[in-house]
Amino acid sequence: MKIVRFTKKGIYCIPGKFYLDPWYPVDYAVISHAHADHARSGMKHYLCHDDSKAILKHRIGKDISIESLPYGKPITINGVSVSFYPAGHIIGSAQIRLEYKGYVVVFSGDYKVKDDELTIPFEPVKCNEFITESTFGLPIYNWEEESVLRSRLHNWVSSNQAKNRTSVFVGYSLGKAQRLMKLLDGVANVYVHSAIHNTNEAIRSSGIELPTTELWTVNTQKQALQNNILIVPPALLGSKMIKRVPNMATAICSGWMQIRGNRRWQSVDAGFPVSDHADWNGLITAVKATEAEKVYVTHGSQAIFSKYLNENGIYSEEVKTEYGDETIDNDQNVLQES
Amino acid sequence: MKQFANLINTVELTNKTNDKIDAFVDYFSKAPDKDKLWLIAIFTGKRPKRPVKTTLMREWCMEIAGIPEWLFLESYSTVGDLGETLALLLPNPSRSDDRTFSEWMQDIVDLRTKSDQEKEAFIRNAWSSLDMQERLIFNKLIGGSFRIGVSKKTLVNALAKYSGLEANQLMHSIIGNWDVNSISFDALIHGKHINYDNSKPYPFCLAYALEKDLNELGSIKDWQIEYKWDGIRGQIVKRNNEVFIWSRGEELVTKQFPELVEVIQSLNGDFVIDGEILALKDNGILLFNDLQKRLNRKNITKKLMEEVPIGFYAYDMMEWEHKDIREYPLSERRQRLENLFESNSVEGKRLFLSDVITVDTWAELHEIRAQARSKDSEGLMLKQKESPYHTGRKKGDWWKWKVDPLTIDAVMIYAQKGSGRRSAHYTDYTFAVKKDDGLVTVAKAYSGLTNAEILEVSRFVKQNSIEKFGPVRIVKPELVFEIAFEGIALSNRHKSGVALRFPRISRWRKDKPVEEIDTIETVKQLIYSTH
Repeated sequence: MKIVRFTKKGIYCIPGKFYLDPWYPVDYAVISHAHADHARSGMKHYLCHDDSKAILKHRIGKDISIESLPYGKPITINGVSVSFYPAGHIIGSAQIRLEYKGYVVVFSGDYKVKDDELTIPFEPVKCNEFITESTFGLPIYNWEEESVLRSRLHNWVSSNQAKNRTSVFVGYSLGKAQRLMKLLDGVANVYVHSAIHNTNEAIRSSGIELPTTELWTVNTQKQALQNNILIVPPALLGSKMIKRVPNMATAICSGWMQIRGNRRWQSVDAGFPVSDHADWNGLITAVKATEAEKVYVTHGSQAIFSKYLNENGIYSEEVKTEYGDETIDNDQNVLQES
Repeated sequence: MKQFANLINTVELTNKTNDKIDAFVDYFSKAPDKDKLWLIAIFTGKRPKRPVKTTLMREWCMEIAGIPEWLFLESYSTVGDLGETLALLLPNPSRSDDRTFSEWMQDIVDLRTKSDQEKEAFIRNAWSSLDMQERLIFNKLIGGSFRIGVSKKTLVNALAKYSGLEANQLMHSIIGNWDVNSISFDALIHGKHINYDNSKPYPFCLAYALEKDLNELGSIKDWQIEYKWDGIRGQIVKRNNEVFIWSRGEELVTKQFPELVEVIQSLNGDFVIDGEILALKDNGILLFNDLQKRLNRKNITKKLMEEVPIGFYAYDMMEWEHKDIREYPLSERRQRLENLFESNSVEGKRLFLSDVITVDTWAELHEIRAQARSKDSEGLMLKQKESPYHTGRKKGDWWKWKVDPLTIDAVMIYAQKGSGRRSAHYTDYTFAVKKDDGLVTVAKAYSGLTNAEILEVSRFVKQNSIEKFGPVRIVKPELVFEIAFEGIALSNRHKSGVALRFPRISRWRKDKPVEEIDTIETVKQLIYSTH
């Protein structure tokens, strides 16, 4: 049975007559998560997870037509049962499950398999067809345990404190920033840029608790930042505002930082491989757990991961999508994952 | 090994040279002497020869990681470094190992003479007992270059800070002949094995770019005018039958230029002279890129000496028969330099006096500068005849007056990922101009774009590659760039028939369609207009 089709506008559900994370304006968009390459403006109607609703309104517009669902609760659209399952990528991120006449297709959106202690963990969903991302679809990408990662970040902050430095972390305002807040909770005071602050407020408005942060403004005293932590979005790198922070050390946190060349390419001090995507083993585990007969591989290393699956007895095809484009969010200057 | 891995880790978590130096100082104050000696050995090119073939290491890694060869190659092409690819693909260690860094190094040295089975067992054993960072270091120590953004000079500065000894003496000490197993750390840094009095260099006198009108310089008679050469600035020190060549970065490069050392050795008298090391061939000066080959090789082979023959253009003298003459006026120092050349037969011996250009008016000098390219020179140097040999950069007495670069508009046709820190992006490009109905490559260039532009070009390459040739992508000829270069000559080695000197991207011509790029004919005309 064919219930989804890959079109120029996005992933289309044929009987349901709606799109999943479309990149061109459509009438009805079912959204996996609120990152800009998945949730774009201009849709007549949005459907997303409850925790994404406030963020979407904050990012796209207060007046958009939007409804939301909790995880696991289905809604029927033109005879297709649509439900959300945790994707573990960022707060409010979901896999989208479509069921039509007993045939099930799951679109992963972006996901990570390991528990970051902030996001509701990924939950595998059995299906006939699985559409998976493959951002880090190479065996060189293997993430460290959260505890190891945490102590690496903490050690770096302490070594900066030994020199009275401010530790500046660079990460997306939605997702990476909150992950960092969680990882760095309790080490020092955490200041955040207004873009992150506003996103945090949107998340908190849906009743989700986040670690305490302070808003960083032009009026923040220089002494207040000393020995403390500042989190900024990538667009701030190299800006006048960031240059005002005295005596700082800067770190980029992204899965791409797994590779030394990437760490050294950026003119920052440190790079830490903190990712919100599945690593190589995570992708394989996730795909196997779905028991899908057919796996579509999208954004990232689709050709490689798809070839690997086929060689290992899992029927797979690669699909070209427009997700994972780093120009979105105006972050051309820095390697980030979205 | 943990201590050494920690040092590398600390160094890699900062971009600040002073922090790197502090990390090394900390290591020098804590690590065992033998470890410190090995550290210095590795940073000065005294590395053991590769004991195991890389192809074998690849095979073992694929087997352990359980991945097919194509997936290994995809991984390698993304990482851009073999040792790192292996380290990333291998699983986490099942146990740990307490061997010190120097014990590991000794084991690696001893490995060379072991049987193939013993080698394999050693490598597999190492991999299963080292964590990610240690594995990476281990693979690098086994073979390949180990670049961590710390130059020899930084290491020397760290040693100086740790020991309170003079940096140049330390440079001579660590570069000199010594062996890890027959010297103590203390003896090494105190230079017990060298005679620093013989090598001690002077700080280089540096010029500023000319920023005023020539007429403001006063009478042209007060100025010594020479061509400016694009080579390696070098200071030759000859004292008590020892010869040393220092580069401007205060690194000793003596071993890179054995034929020059031989000539200097044969001259009468002791002296310190300043000049330019150039690659000279067929009555012309080779590209700087060729000259660089001499710097980057550990061993200078006969073949390389024939491929890139070098010469030294001398332009100043700072010491004569152990007397510091830097306070003498330039005119007098020049006289002494000429005397040195006259009293020795240096004809055809790679040693040349930098010509002094004599003209009567500043106006004529404009003409000479415009013709500088025909001499393979990159402009002129103006030096006040009364001036002393200054320490470092001092405004007013030495000016450099470079010629403006030549430019052409060309289209990018091939792209390749860089290596090291540029391995994630397409940073190395090949450019073409029009020839008849097609295109012909004219230059390869790496630098000149901002990081943001590199990302943009990389994206274009990914979306517009027509064909893959190993690591090279053939891309749709669409992006037009202005290529600047310092000179141009006819060449049989290049398909286009021309060779550009020091080409680089000067700007991205987003405004220009590919139809409007230069043709090979217009490019060739530049040769005739510059010679």
